[in-house]
Amino acid sequence: MYQYDQYDQAMVDARVAEFRDQCQRRIDGKLTEEQFKPLRLMNGLYLQLHAYMLRVAIPYGTLSGRQMRALADIADKFDRKYGHFTTRQNIQYNWIKLEDAGDILAELAKVEMHAIQTSGNCIRNISSDHFAGAAADEVTDPRPYAELLRQWSSFHPEFSYLPRKFKFAVIASDTDRAAMRLHDIGIQIVRNEAGELGAAFYVGGGMGRTPMIAPCIRQFVPLDQLITYSEACLRVYNRYGRRDNKYKARIKILVHELGAEEYTRQVEAEFAHLLEQGIEPPFAELARIRTFFEDPAFEAGAADELDRSDPDFAVWADRNTHPHKQAGYLSAVISLKPVGGIPGDATADQMRLMAQLAEDYSFDECRVIHTQNIVLPHVRKADLYAVWQKLEASGLGTPNLDQVGDIIACPGLDYCSLANARSIPVAQRISERFAANGKGETLGELKLKISGCINACGHHHAGHIGILGVDKKGVENYQLLLGGSEAEDTSLGKITGPGFSEDGIVDAVETAADVYLAQRQDGERFLDTYRRIGMEPFKEALYG
Amino acid sequence: MNILTGNDLKTGAVIWWDGAGWSLHLDDAADAGDDAAAIIAREEAARRVNAPYAINAERTGSGVRPAHIKDRIRGLGPTVRPDLTLKPEDPQAVHEVI
Repeated sequence: MYQYDQYDQAMVDARVAEFRDQCQRRIDGKLTEEQFKPLRLMNGLYLQLHAYMLRVAIPYGTLSGRQMRALADIADKFDRKYGHFTTRQNIQYNWIKLEDAGDILAELAKVEMHAIQTSGNCIRNISSDHFAGAAADEVTDPRPYAELLRQWSSFHPEFSYLPRKFKFAVIASDTDRAAMRLHDIGIQIVRNEAGELGAAFYVGGGMGRTPMIAPCIRQFVPLDQLITYSEACLRVYNRYGRRDNKYKARIKILVHELGAEEYTRQVEAEFAHLLEQGIEPPFAELARIRTFFEDPAFEAGAADELDRSDPDFAVWADRNTHPHKQAGYLSAVISLKPVGGIPGDATADQMRLMAQLAEDYSFDECRVIHTQNIVLPHVRKADLYAVWQKLEASGLGTPNLDQVGDIIACPGLDYCSLANARSIPVAQRISERFAANGKGETLGELKLKISGCINACGHHHAGHIGILGVDKKGVENYQLLLGGSEAEDTSLGKITGPGFSEDGIVDAVETAADVYLAQRQDGERFLDTYRRIGMEPFKEALYG
Repeated sequence: MNILTGNDLKTGAVIWWDGAGWSLHLDDAADAGDDAAAIIAREEAARRVNAPYAINAERTGSGVRPAHIKDRIRGLGPTVRPDLTLKPEDPQAVHEVI
């Protein structure tokens, strides 16, 4: 894992002191809320439905056991003994007091964490593949490049006041596990025919009220020009992105309105200019960063067989693990989606358990997935049963990865001041429905995503089944979407028709699932069947 | 009725104008009538409330009920965590909000 150097630590410590002073000035009345709001947002502090909410950055979702334990301690000491892992691989605390904010940031700084740039119109936390460094199908570990981008984008003076927020995702395999093409910039590290590594740039994707899939604007940028090309993309956006209408201010709108070809032409011109300026960080810095991401000391010859004699364990192992590049190891996924639970929530005690498991069984590392689960990336197969037993005993052993119960849900109207409808209760009821009727396992892979408003924090556009909560004359109403995907076959879901009540949407999801079960052919996932038969059979079943 | 709500500056807690000060309890909310704008300006300037605003509500047999579900949830707490609401012992409280 990357470790702060003196500059990283000094920057974060200085920001803690600065924000502590700003909070005190607000409490003392020396700053108005209007003056203070942009300052607190730059430090991830929102004012939400019930209290202040603090969003803490988890760069590319990677945490050490010590960091996860610190998050648990903050939940205990400053919040209500839990936290919420988000679809941007971050964590949010829902019950923060302004007078505690400085102390919380100081606690985070002790473990090389912060909340900087988790809000505001700047470059947000860099997200990545949660199996990075462990997956057999990657061409290289994408995290050193994500870290380089993190350093470049942190406090970047030119990009602190962009037209709108800006999100990067970096992957290094053809299988997209990070919704790469639904980011403002998605980068795929690739290998060319000469065997050299480079970066394919996808620019102008996003969800929200105008969902778009990012087009590839360059298939190969040499890695020693990665930052320069990123800077060129941002410069063109910063220059021409709209600032008069926040709903048209994301880069996806600029790329769409200019056209990908014209946007690319301008980026290439800026890129040529910047290459002459020599802004790329020295290669030695990338080499230094890479040293933090070398493989841990895997045990050569580790047993490559699982003892599957416990049937409950076997079900979990089949469902919640991912192949590892090292023989004898697996990546284990901890579901934060127990039946009827709140997606992404973990208690302080559960966080401590995950920290302990990371330390004892996964080379002191865990990862947050954008699907609001946690990964132990490097678990020996011989240790997996012990890991599962501890998870099972703490309510973290649900075997539902990528199944209908593994629902992404934003906080919705239960917590969020922007939401129009509640997301979590809908997720809970769907999870309970499919647990009760026993169809979850039969359905296989079915990614269900729920947002409580058009901002799409719950990725509803990208769900095989998506649900969007809307406000219909003061009453919660839910639109159903089918056919979305955030994987390498990225697609945007389409609305089935008129929306449903809270009761009705649960029934509608089951109806859609039943259509799939009746129509599927061998080996087809829900998404495959939808793509083959189209929307009509689903509409017929839903609306008659 | 026209009631006023906002957040406590230091704690962020949801608060309601009770006619003389700010209460944590929605049922204490008083009708601000035509004085809403003046009260908001005065109280915000004195830092007794953060981000205040006025909403429509009605007084029912069981208390004060804001017109919009968002404010009803603000008045109680998250419907998915009854233990964290202001009425953790009342199993009906969440249902009354919805």
